[in-house]
Amino acid sequence: MTTTHTSLETGVSSAGVGIFADALDAQAVPVTRVDWRPPMAGTEADLATVVTDPLRAEANRRAVEAVLAVQAMVVDVAPAHEVLGLQKGEFLHAGPPLSWENASGPMRGALMGAAALEGLVEDPEDAEALFASGEGVSLAPCHSRRAVGPMAGVVSPSMWMWVLEDPEDGRRTYCSLNEGLGKVLRYGAYAPEVLERLRWMSRTLGPLLAEAVRATGPIDATAILGQMLQMGDEAHNRNRAGTLMLLRDLAPALVTSDADPSDVAEALAFMGGNDHFFLNVAMPACKLQLDAARGIEGSTMVVAMARNGTEFGIQVAGTDDEWFTGPAQIADGLFLGDFGPEDANPDIGDSAITETAGIGGFSMATAPAIVRFVGGSVPDALATTRRMGEITLAENNRWAIPVLEFMGAPTGIDVTKVCRTSILPQINTGMAGRLAGVGQVGAGLVTPPGEIFPKALAALATRTRSRADRSG
Amino acid sequence: MTNSPGEAGFTHVERRPGAYADSVALLQVSKDVAAVDGVRAAQVAMATPLNLDVIASMGFDLPETSPNDMVVAVRLDDESRLDAALAAVDAALAAVTKRGGSSESSEEAPRTIGTAIKRTGTALALVSVPGPNATVEAMDALDAGQDVLIFSDNVPVEQEVALKRIASDRDLLVMGPDCGTAMVDGVGLGFANTVRPGPVGIVAASGTGCQQLMCLLDHAGVGMTAALGVGGRDLSTEVGALATRQAMRRLDADPSTELIVVVSKPPAEDVAGELRAYAETLATPVHFALLGAGQPDLTASAEAILTTLGRTVPQWPMWGSAPEQVSSGRLRGLFAGGTLCDESMLLASESLGPVHSNIPLDPAHALDSSLTAEGTVMIDFGDDSMTAGRAHPMIDPTIRMDHLARTAADPECSVVLMDVVLGHGADADPAATAAPAIREAIASAQADGRRLAVLVSCVGTADDPQVLSTQAQALADAGAEVHLSNARATRRALTLIGAAS
Repeated sequence: MTTTHTSLETGVSSAGVGIFADALDAQAVPVTRVDWRPPMAGTEADLATVVTDPLRAEANRRAVEAVLAVQAMVVDVAPAHEVLGLQKGEFLHAGPPLSWENASGPMRGALMGAAALEGLVEDPEDAEALFASGEGVSLAPCHSRRAVGPMAGVVSPSMWMWVLEDPEDGRRTYCSLNEGLGKVLRYGAYAPEVLERLRWMSRTLGPLLAEAVRATGPIDATAILGQMLQMGDEAHNRNRAGTLMLLRDLAPALVTSDADPSDVAEALAFMGGNDHFFLNVAMPACKLQLDAARGIEGSTMVVAMARNGTEFGIQVAGTDDEWFTGPAQIADGLFLGDFGPEDANPDIGDSAITETAGIGGFSMATAPAIVRFVGGSVPDALATTRRMGEITLAENNRWAIPVLEFMGAPTGIDVTKVCRTSILPQINTGMAGRLAGVGQVGAGLVTPPGEIFPKALAALATRTRSRADRSG
Repeated sequence: MTNSPGEAGFTHVERRPGAYADSVALLQVSKDVAAVDGVRAAQVAMATPLNLDVIASMGFDLPETSPNDMVVAVRLDDESRLDAALAAVDAALAAVTKRGGSSESSEEAPRTIGTAIKRTGTALALVSVPGPNATVEAMDALDAGQDVLIFSDNVPVEQEVALKRIASDRDLLVMGPDCGTAMVDGVGLGFANTVRPGPVGIVAASGTGCQQLMCLLDHAGVGMTAALGVGGRDLSTEVGALATRQAMRRLDADPSTELIVVVSKPPAEDVAGELRAYAETLATPVHFALLGAGQPDLTASAEAILTTLGRTVPQWPMWGSAPEQVSSGRLRGLFAGGTLCDESMLLASESLGPVHSNIPLDPAHALDSSLTAEGTVMIDFGDDSMTAGRAHPMIDPTIRMDHLARTAADPECSVVLMDVVLGHGADADPAATAAPAIREAIASAQADGRRLAVLVSCVGTADDPQVLSTQAQALADAGAEVHLSNARATRRALTLIGAAS
């Protein structure tokens, strides 16, 4: 900053009354006009408190730096009871904390299937009484164990998990293996073929992948994400390129292993036939990045967005592990077969961790192949990614979007910017059937319930004020 | 939504939640809709308490609203006109809220000052959003390492202090809040007159005070390096002149500034004392033009500045003339500029005693919401309380001109003192509204058998878009006596009312 007067050659940014911008036009000064709108109702005072928090700017700078510095490496595949210490009867689920009483249909279906998988009940239907009684079973969010789960996100002790690690500090995150499309546990289906596939995954696929990953060495998931964004994946609803790249990396170790060649062939066919296989690597990679910003006092960055099928919750870097929740919304999108909006369950899954990290709906511009599936046109997709830039703190230059002049993925949702602009994070999502056992009914676009951002802002403001009181 | 037929035509009042346009844009919308055939009256406004009062006073039934709602109120000849009227509302709203730019880029306009700066790398931010929202926008500028001018009023003082502390730590300047006027790098910001470049650098805790000084000095042939507005509260005890010091530091470091002038409404005494001591530490001489009882008025300050610079003090211009004999009665001041109101109150109270006002020198003489009192009354229509959720009287003359008509009808009133402030940001042709209102006021008083004098201080320069002489002459032709100097206009008013010292 100079000590003399500012030069206005580069112009003036103007928010508010148009005549002052007009007056600058009349004086031949370049003006950038802000399309200002009132913030979310009742947030004015909290916004002023939080933006003038002396910690905020530096805290957010550190948060962004920490998130962007993470290199997420796939280091292992192992059973949940080993790596998460999950005991028999303990179940993880997607989203903020939940009880059986208010669990939605697909969440109940997935829990019932998992209970049968773990041998707690013979028939999944019998598990309803078990969970209702609560005896010998417990539920906890995946996020509470540094894990993430797509859709219902149910994890039980015998399921195998991807293990991702930040080589800098050894932090780890986890996600189950993707079970494919159609009738699958994560969408709440628990038919015999669903359970049989899960058993095959634990018996055959998991051990094969574990051997291949250990033989191949750490696989750079962050770098694969960067490449797949250039290849038309947004890494939430489309993971085709990522899946093939992972396959490419693992195939040599798989075919040279001592395993039965027919098992290897089956595993390769399963992975190659499931375009979403890489999603379960993308999710923990995103979580590993975002967890790096947790606990930075004063930071307004969202570090998790997650839904349990009943509620949508967010966590913020500056408010520890507190969840801010509201009712989950029904997605707007396209339906499979004869399904319609009345068949859809409210939004569910930890997969919005991808949007939280800047991909998925935030990088929609890079995935023109799926814009129609998520209810839009290519120009809409470009506008969406640009609009997400209004509510984020940074661009991730490792995740460049070619069609937007290699703009980095908009990363690090800022609670204050969401409240100021009323622009809600755009999430690409699958839709689960409302009833337990149905499975997937469609896919589309969804946003969080708006009120959770003012709630998070209020908590940040309370912390700011109490810090000011203590110091002043 | 209410539809009610009645003797006064057909009224329709509608709440539009979540719609937003700024107060000036909505003024234009209301005007456009009112001009539609079959529409008797139209008010499209954000549902702020003040606007709701206005709508209610027009005889509309108010719906339940929150301040973020837009209210559309129309009175029609009959119900058949409703569709056309609402179509006109939509068309007018679309016209004023049209996002600027014809660029081939499909990029949406930035939604915050932060995004605007990031996209275009501007050097300074100008914030004129409603007061409770101004701090967050201003903070974007400071975070980007830029100065900011906050035109908005009604910003909580603790937020002002927070912003200015942060700015001070980062060697940045927060102009405002409630900063009406500045000139930076030769560019007028907010309400700003076009003045020549020259040796004087102004630090102003007073918008119209700054404009008055600039226009007087410009008339005398002396120009400015810069005018840095700091907001009306900067010299209060709470704010402690945080921005004034920063602005003085800036001007002191500027080799082309030969004299720093600090102009303010009556400041807190301890703060003024500290500032005088601070001025001693600077290399550049500082002239303080601080209004207050027994202190020089702004014109006297301008004369002292000219003398300090070794320039000749000119004759201050005037146009037209008031009748030498007026009916006996009271002095009424109707101001758009707060400092000009202050200056006139200080001068008037010397000879007339207490002046009743919405911004009284002494809280004992505060006006209630009726804005009337026995005795001398001066009103600042630009005060925060009068502008919450609506445009400043320099842009929207409606309330002030209504009040002029009421004042003229008051048999107690014999002399009216007004200001008309020119420059960028102000009404493109204020005389077009003020001159007929003045002519009518004089005529209606005459019809009541009274001789009413209207004195106008017209603050502007020859190079202002409205052109000082053109505006002043139009006001003079309407029967007003017009002065460039507010102090001279006030003294003349005191003479006419028989209280001249």
